[in-house]
Amino acid sequence: MSEKTEDIELRLLLDAIFRRYHYDFRGYSVASITRRLRQARDRFGCRTFSQLQDRVLHDPGVLPELLSFLTVQVSELFRDPAYFRAIREQVVPHLRTYPSLKVWVAGCSAGEELYSLAILFREEGLEDRTLFYGTDINPAALKRAEAGVYEIDRMPLFTDNHRLSGGKSSLSDYYTAAYGAAVFDKTLRRRTVFSDHSLVTDAVFAEVHLVSCRNVLIYFDRELQDRAIGLFKDSLVRKGFLGLGAKESLRFSAHADAFTEFARDERIYQKRGAS
Amino acid sequence: MIGASAGAVDALSVLLPALPAGFPLPVMVVVHVPPDKKSVMAELFRNKCRVDVREAEDKEPLAPGTVYFAPPDYHLLVEPDRRLSLSSEEPVHYSRPAIDVLFESAADAFGPGLVGVLLTGASADGARGLRAIADAGGGALVQDPSEAMVPTMPRAGIAACPTATVVPLTQMAAVLGTLGERS
Repeated sequence: MSEKTEDIELRLLLDAIFRRYHYDFRGYSVASITRRLRQARDRFGCRTFSQLQDRVLHDPGVLPELLSFLTVQVSELFRDPAYFRAIREQVVPHLRTYPSLKVWVAGCSAGEELYSLAILFREEGLEDRTLFYGTDINPAALKRAEAGVYEIDRMPLFTDNHRLSGGKSSLSDYYTAAYGAAVFDKTLRRRTVFSDHSLVTDAVFAEVHLVSCRNVLIYFDRELQDRAIGLFKDSLVRKGFLGLGAKESLRFSAHADAFTEFARDERIYQKRGAS
Repeated sequence: MIGASAGAVDALSVLLPALPAGFPLPVMVVVHVPPDKKSVMAELFRNKCRVDVREAEDKEPLAPGTVYFAPPDYHLLVEPDRRLSLSSEEPVHYSRPAIDVLFESAADAFGPGLVGVLLTGASADGARGLRAIADAGGGALVQDPSEAMVPTMPRAGIAACPTATVVPLTQMAAVLGTLGERS
């Protein structure tokens, strides 16, 4: 059976975006990216992916908005509190033994995961010796992460999550409410570098002690998952930690042997000593 | 491919145990469950069924005779290579997992070789997806609204997909059984 027209158009569109703008979505899971591109197609008033391709190639202004459809940006502060509790209770005691620390939040989107870790590290007294890297491919998301401003109506959820994660203070200590928004304390990002980095096309940029990359790998096909996990492996110090999303695992990964399960239920892995 | 919401457990308790041992098709199920709960669906049905029941894992290839439940707080999708994948995209109809997301992706992946089943529920989720399945040449079954615990979802399904076959729950189990024989 010949390929469906829409599938051909989708591939051509992703090729076009890569060749023109060097954003590479060709190894992303097809089902989810098809769904999001259909939403984008409708949003841009296009009938087909070919029309959308025409728009994106000839109007550079289209790309930033298209990126917000191509990259999923749904997160919460302390999303899955049990994960952050495990970081706090099980990983932090190991991290304490290092005089200085580097933490990489890969695919940080609008910064929720990074602020969660920054708050947690402050509460555990590790903030002053830690450098945080928050990376993403979406410049608009990075800008929002850098601003640290969230809708005020998300705060009750964030507050509950923080408490359930074992938070040692009130979340309201870390933000100021103003004009319907919550502005997070800028001292929380004093030791943070937000930067453009692609798990698909870029290389290792630092040696880190903890990689937190939650609900990013599910958007990749298996080959691309292997590439990303390889990057994490090569970035981590011996015995460094890798935290994944609640439904992600290294089970099918080519690099599974390089890690041990550290907190199995919370999907936290530790890089093996020898390598 | 089954979607259900309010009243789902009772309805699935009729449907899933009726699948015979050796049923040759994979079955994917989205039930609206709260995001913060550990998933109990797979455990609930594991001992009641003659086929394998488990929670779907990302990039897992579909196996015959297996029922896959969408995990709480994730959408479940089917890839064109017939692996499952998960997603944290925005809720659809206030729901993650959402039935539309599974049904629409499965319609793309399977085309005519797919049957969508919409059961009791208090939402319009699944209606669009059922239509997508029918448009791709697949079968569309809706639980008879007059016997559904909450008829909103079956009614929305029939409105969006008028060609859908309306079936009482007890007969639906038999219909699914024959699907297996024909495959």
